[in-house]
Amino acid sequence: MKILVAVKRVVDHNVRIRVRPDGTGVETTGVRMSMNPFCKHAVEAAVQLAEAGQADEIVVVSIGPKAANDVILTALAMGAHRGILIETDAALETLTIAKLLAKVVAEEAPDLVLLGKQAVDDDSNHVGQMLAGLTDLPQATFASEIKLEGGTLSVTREVDYGRATIAIPLPAIVTADLRLNTPRNAALPMVMKARQKPLAVRSAAEFGVDLTPRLVVEKVSPPPERVAGRTVGSVSELAGAIAAEISGMEAL
Amino acid sequence: MAVLVLADHDLGTLSPATARVVNAIAGLGAVDVLVLGEGVDQVVTQAAALNGIAKVIVAQDVGFNSQSAEALVPVLVGLASCYSHIVTSAGTVGRDVFPRLAAKLDIQPITDVVAVRGANRFDRPIYAGNAIETVTSNQVRQVLTIRASAFKPVASGGSASVEPLTHGTVTQVAQLVAAHRTQSDVPDLATAQIVVGGGIAVGSSEGFTLIEQLARRLNAAVGATRAAVDAGYAPNDWQVGQTGKIIAPDLYIAIGISGALQHLAGIQGAKKIVAINTDAEAPLVKLADVALIGDLFTTIPALIAELDRVGVTL
Ligand SMILES: Cc1cc2nc3c(=O)[nH]c(=O)nc-3n(C[C@H](O)[C@H](O)[C@H](O)COP(=O)(O)OP(=O)(O)OC[C@H]3O[C@@H](n4cnc5c(N)ncnc54)[C@H](O)[C@@H]3O)c2cc1C
Ligand SMILES: Nc1ncnc2c1ncn2[C@@H]1O[C@H](COP(=O)(O)O)[C@@H](O)[C@H]1O
Repeated sequence: MKILVAVKRVVDHNVRIRVRPDGTGVETTGVRMSMNPFCKHAVEAAVQLAEAGQADEIVVVSIGPKAANDVILTALAMGAHRGILIETDAALETLTIAKLLAKVVAEEAPDLVLLGKQAVDDDSNHVGQMLAGLTDLPQATFASEIKLEGGTLSVTREVDYGRATIAIPLPAIVTADLRLNTPRNAALPMVMKARQKPLAVRSAAEFGVDLTPRLVVEKVSPPPERVAGRTVGSVSELAGAIAAEISGMEAL
Repeated sequence: MAVLVLADHDLGTLSPATARVVNAIAGLGAVDVLVLGEGVDQVVTQAAALNGIAKVIVAQDVGFNSQSAEALVPVLVGLASCYSHIVTSAGTVGRDVFPRLAAKLDIQPITDVVAVRGANRFDRPIYAGNAIETVTSNQVRQVLTIRASAFKPVASGGSASVEPLTHGTVTQVAQLVAAHRTQSDVPDLATAQIVVGGGIAVGSSEGFTLIEQLARRLNAAVGATRAAVDAGYAPNDWQVGQTGKIIAPDLYIAIGISGALQHLAGIQGAKKIVAINTDAEAPLVKLADVALIGDLFTTIPALIAELDRVGVTL
């Protein structure tokens, strides 16, 4: 079985971002970048399937600037076999990303495509579902458990009411949630070995996909600031504050 | 042109989110509500009662009961040409279904909308809510999911007409093997007026029942941090934050929660925040309107007793 994993390079999730004062966007120069956390869980799931003898090739793909090489190398160090960088300096919309990935799916014909459920920069939570739509493949989003039995994939999904386990035929698209697994930190020898693995660099322009954005980002603003609060000294003061708050609420 | 709202429901009742979605897009055109599922008569009745609805469209088929994207998308695609906006709440069904729908329609969707500034102008949060993007779309139609907690609900009392929809064979790709519904008598987390949240500091599932006791006392919903859910103290659907539920209660009481930015992403809409924490330097304590520095194990029982003494009720 062949698995394709899509990984995105994003501002590291520990960074407290700053909105540019002129409202043109979020400051990303000089900011620490890393693999989107959800993508790490997707890579780990693929590697675990390979280790269990259920997959023989893992291809990772990332769309972004030259520097996105880093996150592909991280995935190769974790155990993926081969990388594809689709290079572009433009900020692409999720529909465009999904169209580019659909081209890769057509070329590679994977049995399973793993993605993160969302990228922590744009917080879109789109690409897996859109890719499934474009390729007409079944989708299982927000996965917290994946089991492969025969040609059927059993996926436990985290949903609003709790959890749902579904069975879907392969090929399929799965998006990873954080409780899917614990991603490994690649040991140094693996990091060295990753540099020897094949990594194809291709220009986004060569796929015949219209890269023009559909939306105009008018401005980016910081969220409203909260007013400073106070510390109370006792439980009875706290109860008083809660009681006052509740008596002031309008009933729904 | 009109607006199509896909009703959010659990086959039994209409989710409180739908009344908020209707309010969010009221003003963009006549609103039709689509209900998909077999045995959803009560959902239809509740949807038809929402104020400001032109009509309710119903397609009854057991194939819709999985609420899978493969089953729902073809029906929505079939209806799309009659509508300028196709909208639903940003719950797990909307998040699962609408991007697939948008791709099928060759539309870039706009999701998690927190403000509607016009027919094609919307605000959405990015970077865990630490920035708000204002976007305009010049596409032929808009595919949107709405963050329900950012809007008030429309009232009920109307009686819109109900129209059956004829539809083709429902695509059934995904088979539902098992559903684990968290059983609980507390209010819906996403739309609750008061939420009590607990963190990893409760130390065990038994410890977490302290959080639930306080919630029950206040008729509040229960929230949890990712750390508390990962540790198995609380079910996954109680997680609040960037990757969990987004809440906007009038009052959020955060107990033993440090206030990581991914957790804060879920509570930015809270009107008032109360924190109980042993650490005066915890980010959530700094952010809170009212904070008590203390141990949760002694504070919660004392607080419940004190609330009983003063006789607080919602
Ligand atoms: C991609 C990503 C997404 C994430 N999404 C989410 C999300 O959606 N929601 C979420 O919550 N987290 C999320 N997280 C995790 C988040 O970063 C934090 O790890 C988590 O919120 C911490 O949970 P906590 O506050 O319970 O634990 P901690 O950070 O360990 O804090 C525990 C707090 O309890 C206090 N305390 C200890 N003992 C007591 C006591 N006896 N009485 C009172 N107070 C006490 C401590 O002072 C401390 O402030 C995400 C992380 C990543 C990387
Ligand atoms: N530029 C990209 N390159 C590769 N994969 C991506 C890219 N953008 C998004 N993805 C994938 O799609 C998932 C969801 O992203 P999003 O829909 O943007 O929130 C990510 O976790 C990745 O797996």
